[in-house]
Amino acid sequence: MSAGVGVDLENLWIRFGDFVAVRDANVKINGGDFFSFLGPSGCGKTTILRAVSGFLEPSEGNVLIGGNNMRGIGPNKRPTALIFQNLALFPLMKIWENITFSMEIKGASAKERRKRADELLDMIALPGQGDKLPSELSGGQRQRVAIARALCAEPDVLLLDEPLSALDLKLRQHMRTELREIQQRVGITFIYITHDQGEALTMSDNIAVMKAGVIDQIADGKTIYNDPATAFAASFVGENNVFRGKVQQVMGDEAMIRTNRSGDLVARISSANRGKLKVGDDAMMFIRPEAFSLAPQGATGDHFVTAKVNHEEFEGNVFNIFMEGEGGKELKVSIPNLGQSFEDHTGQNITLEYETQNAVVVPAGELAAE
Amino acid sequence: MPSFLKEFFKRNGVGMGSVMLGLVLFWTIGLIILPQLSMLDFSFRPNLPPPEIGGPKDVYTLENYKYLIYGPEGGSQDYNAVDLRVFFRTLVAAVCVTVFNLILCYPIAYYLAQTKGNHIRIFALMLIIPYWINEILRAFALRIIFGETGVLNNLLVGMGLFDTPFDFIRNDIALYAGLGYAYILLMIFPIYNVIESLDRNQIEAARDMGASWPMIHRRVVIPYAKPGISSGCTMVFMLSAGALAAPQILGGPSSLWFTQLIYQQFNDNSDWPQGAAYAVVLLVTCILLVLAIMRLFKVNMGDIGK
Ligand SMILES: Nc1ncnc2c1ncn2[C@@H]1O[C@H](COP(=O)(O)OP(=O)(O)OP(=O)(O)O)[C@@H](O)[C@H]1O
Ligand SMILES: [Mg+2]
Repeated sequence: MSAGVGVDLENLWIRFGDFVAVRDANVKINGGDFFSFLGPSGCGKTTILRAVSGFLEPSEGNVLIGGNNMRGIGPNKRPTALIFQNLALFPLMKIWENITFSMEIKGASAKERRKRADELLDMIALPGQGDKLPSELSGGQRQRVAIARALCAEPDVLLLDEPLSALDLKLRQHMRTELREIQQRVGITFIYITHDQGEALTMSDNIAVMKAGVIDQIADGKTIYNDPATAFAASFVGENNVFRGKVQQVMGDEAMIRTNRSGDLVARISSANRGKLKVGDDAMMFIRPEAFSLAPQGATGDHFVTAKVNHEEFEGNVFNIFMEGEGGKELKVSIPNLGQSFEDHTGQNITLEYETQNAVVVPAGELAAE
Repeated sequence: MPSFLKEFFKRNGVGMGSVMLGLVLFWTIGLIILPQLSMLDFSFRPNLPPPEIGGPKDVYTLENYKYLIYGPEGGSQDYNAVDLRVFFRTLVAAVCVTVFNLILCYPIAYYLAQTKGNHIRIFALMLIIPYWINEILRAFALRIIFGETGVLNNLLVGMGLFDTPFDFIRNDIALYAGLGYAYILLMIFPIYNVIESLDRNQIEAARDMGASWPMIHRRVVIPYAKPGISSGCTMVFMLSAGALAAPQILGGPSSLWFTQLIYQQFNDNSDWPQGAAYAVVLLVTCILLVLAIMRLFKVNMGDIGK
């Protein structure tokens, strides 16, 4: 098995009139990778995908597929297959005709197509459903047909535009696993678009986090979760608690932050910002809800936070404590439920403790909207 | 009471529902079905002077239909060749006008439906405004264009393409152009309507898989647009086969349209039963033809309403 065909975006700008939809994107996608673009609605994800598939010429910069510059090459000539946000199955064609449409274009006989359709239907676990119409299938089944139709074209790169967004939660989680399995089986490059960080984290080899046309960070899921490069990446991927402040002191890879509410706290500087963050800079410190633990009441120091509890909830696997935080946002703490007795703290002040390596500091920036 | 009626009354209330139902029934029965039935009745009666109507001679007969096929009794020919030729020529010409219109209007409708922007509205307006001018004026305007000393001939002769003016009228080109032009909107709008609801992503999906434009139209757009196409074709065919003003004004002196024969029977010969029989034959043939073609292309009756 070859390594697959990679995709590179070089200094990619896409404008619609005066509006900049994609600003100077530089992305290197390895052949055979499951690569995700993750960002909120309207940040330009679909636009990037359309530039890769050839429906849109970039205003500046290049799209390279397998090292070949794609400028001037139409979507019907590129080795990509796109799965649309709304699937775009042909409503008047039977399932097997839908799946093998790319073969029909190349002039394959009905018998050949039927055979290939049956193989692919087996692969997507819909054997014998070839003679139905798309409207006679469920959402998840249609989803799989769209995947089979794209794979039938034997593309080098499969582009998926939020293909799971229309499904309910259970099916979405099931399809995540299934998509990842299909990708590993066929071994081609998948470029996946989503605004759901759970999807991106569970499926991808690498993720690009996007905000309003700008790519904030490209890394694997663990790195983005544990070592975000920007305030946006930290707040968009997973739940996070933010502490605003100014850099008081830099000690190697760590910094002391004078926070607005919680005194001086110490945190690890995220790797992308080491050497860049200076004393006096506006900074944001992030600590995940699961990184806190309860500490003896009133303990003080550079890794203790004390706040008043607003309310608590029991979620089964965790106890969530919501405390007064900054700027109207609540501070959330999740304590794993290990069968311990858990007393209600509502209305009281409690003290929390964290380990320095679990607090990460980045330059102050825009946060993701809830 | 059938359930759909119950539903109808429940939604609209008994008072309003009755009024609406009454109006619709009056429209279909009083204004369409009853007059047509009386035409049908006429067509089976002999042409009698008023005092004899209802008299012993007023019996049902097939004479008027026989006349179309065999001509006047004791005539010189075995068949009514003149009228039959006009009849079939009219049908063939109406089919040609319909096909020509479809070929012309499909791309326009596709373009209008799939392009966004303000210029499309202006484009559509420019298609609609000519229809504010009445049919007769439009036909005469075409006569001015196509006439022997008309604009087109002046242009063609002036450019040296023709030595002598070409008689567009005698060759029926003016007639076909006139009929085609008269019903352009009736072809464009139904097609436009369905194509507008076609998800652009489907076209892009086909394109993404490598389909050429002809292939995309053949496999994706046209099947989807079929209800609109059949609805447009039916209207254009029925109306051109039944047109009177355009053939009258734009037809050559020797080329009669079947409707002109009907008109002559009613008006010049005062033979209403004969005219009614001709009209019934035209109507029934057109309907059968449309049904046959719909069957051939597997179109459902329900699709026409779309
Ligand atoms: N053809 C266009 N003309 C003008 N602006 C456009 C066009 N296509 C997209 N945009 C704008 O570009 C921005 C990015 O759009 P895009 O469709 O890429 O968002 P997205 O990240 O895919 O969002 P979603 O998650 O909602 O699908 C949006 O603000 C949108 O309004
Ligand atoms: Mg999108």
